[in-house]
Amino acid sequence: MSIFIDENICNGCKGLPESRCERICPGNLCYRKENMKADIRDQSACWTCACCVKECPVQAIELRLPFQICNNHASLKARLKHDKTIWTILDAEGNQEEFIIQAKLLKGD
Amino acid sequence: MNIVSIDTDILIIGGGAAGCFAAIEIYKKSPNYQVVIMEKAHIERSGCLAMGLNAINAYLHPDQTPESYASYIERQFEGIIRKDLVYSIIMGLNEVVRNVEEMGLPILKNADGTCQRRGKRSIRILGERLKPILAEAVQKTSARILNRVVATNFIFNGKRVCGAFGYGVKTNAFYIIRAKAVIVATGGAAGIYRPVNSGEARHLMWYCPWNVGTGYAMGIRIGAEMTSFENRFIPLRVKDVHAPTGTIAVGVRPKNINARGEDYLELYYKHLGGNRCLTHHRLLATIEEVKAGRGPCFLDTTTISEEEEKRLKKDYLNMNPQIILLWAGKDMNPRKRPVEIQGTEPFIVGGHCQAGYWIDKERRTTIQNLYAAGEVAGGAPKKYVSGSWVEARIAASSALGNIKEEYLEEIDNELIQKEKTRVFAPLTRKTGSVWPFGVRERLQKVMDEYAGGISMGYALHEERLLEARRLLASLREKVKDIAAVDSYNLVEALECIDKIDVARVLVEHLIYRKETRWSCYQTRLDYPQKDDNRWLVFVNSVYNPYTDEITMIERPLQG
Repeated sequence: MSIFIDENICNGCKGLPESRCERICPGNLCYRKENMKADIRDQSACWTCACCVKECPVQAIELRLPFQICNNHASLKARLKHDKTIWTILDAEGNQEEFIIQAKLLKGD
Repeated sequence: MNIVSIDTDILIIGGGAAGCFAAIEIYKKSPNYQVVIMEKAHIERSGCLAMGLNAINAYLHPDQTPESYASYIERQFEGIIRKDLVYSIIMGLNEVVRNVEEMGLPILKNADGTCQRRGKRSIRILGERLKPILAEAVQKTSARILNRVVATNFIFNGKRVCGAFGYGVKTNAFYIIRAKAVIVATGGAAGIYRPVNSGEARHLMWYCPWNVGTGYAMGIRIGAEMTSFENRFIPLRVKDVHAPTGTIAVGVRPKNINARGEDYLELYYKHLGGNRCLTHHRLLATIEEVKAGRGPCFLDTTTISEEEEKRLKKDYLNMNPQIILLWAGKDMNPRKRPVEIQGTEPFIVGGHCQAGYWIDKERRTTIQNLYAAGEVAGGAPKKYVSGSWVEARIAASSALGNIKEEYLEEIDNELIQKEKTRVFAPLTRKTGSVWPFGVRERLQKVMDEYAGGISMGYALHEERLLEARRLLASLREKVKDIAAVDSYNLVEALECIDKIDVARVLVEHLIYRKETRWSCYQTRLDYPQKDDNRWLVFVNSVYNPYTDEITMIERPLQG
């Protein structure tokens, strides 16, 4: 698994012609199921680029490493703000670390 | 299935770094010309810049001259570079970086306003949003963007390129785009060789897995001259996650150590220059250490401070987030454990190495009305993202310069029908057919075992390469029956065909250069020496679609 989508949080970007993760995935892998929840067509085709993680407006998607690469669970989430990206890392011991990275003001700034 | 016909002045294939910059440039110079960008995904996050970047690796600092810069590249590539192309890139680097800064890219600056150095020829940026920044700049132009349209072939009348065919992956539409000039900027090729990681991690690779070499394949199929495919790029990367080692290497300057803790470059590879060795010798030394029983090898990060570790993590979040997860796994923190490194599978790229279209200084390919820029253009290694922007600028100027005398060609209906049938045929096949998954695995196995993949320590020799040639010819025959179940699967099927066409040319290049020029990138066990008397030349190729033969051509260094 490379991305984990929490269906309890995902709101399917209702009202948009396609969900944000679907729009952004560089591999055209994300899509919206019939129940309007996001899903990934093929986990093994994921590049682990985290574009969908950044783009999700409700933080329903987290980045993980395939079990083959790391057998200890760690996860990465992101919140995209106008002028920064806020990353939250949960390590294998359950410790949380936050990084704020300055970025360019996005559209609508 | 719909048919969408579009007429435009300039068609740009690939909305990556080069493609976006070309569109912006055309609009800046001649806003009245119509431009169409054909992009496989969505230009906001497509291709190899999707994750972002933390440095621009080609920049001319005040203490460098164009001559010193070019001689560095010449040394790194063992004498074989197109100096005319390399100089034209160097001269434009700082200006394009300034242009992208004006679009909104945050560049870290010193107190005196100069760019913060990361290395001798690179600068530090906060580039996580580099792709959205470029896309936003494109959206301010009048360019028409066709997202999720995959280019399938050029429209070629035997003399000149008159546009391109495409397939809309979301709409199942067939695109016929006529243009007076075409700029190809599709990037290089991943997935030709079996990747380091398998199964669910098979796409956890350095280069974008959706850059499959379609731009090369389309050129090959119309007989464009290609260069230097034998100069494969094999980056030395953080094991398993493929994160660039350069971020650590120039960020905190650690030693390369083997399993015994020895500074192996200094201890065993003084003859290659020790710690100052060439990029591909660093890879060679690491592989040799493992062979000698002194592996695995590491970058010794255990001496870094907490502050440096934080900076490293921030740098990686700007371009390679998965390494953060590796370090967040138990006991993998870089201050506790050195970072293990390894070579990846070989990639075919024109931006780090120099595989691509044979072009002139104006970025014209050998086919009329077809221009190339970025990774898909050959002859000028180490151009990276900023060099791709320079090439896009030059290609845009050349296309604009020639377009006044050009016209839109009437497209032969037979040609349209032929391509439409080719593109959609996999969807009509079912029983007894071959499927993209199997073809991909077969291609990667053949290339890995017979054309110098990881399992062979990247080494090559004639007999194996001849077997690769035979197996690829057989695979290509088989792929005529490739089937697909839906539009995404169809794109995979078309990609398989493109990859095989690229692989065949690659193998011919590998057979032809009978010396060892760039160790690991191109190691011939049967010709172990570098032979400057014979091989200070470019190895080029032209495919003949009528006879299905690949002709090899030598070109002098000053092309």
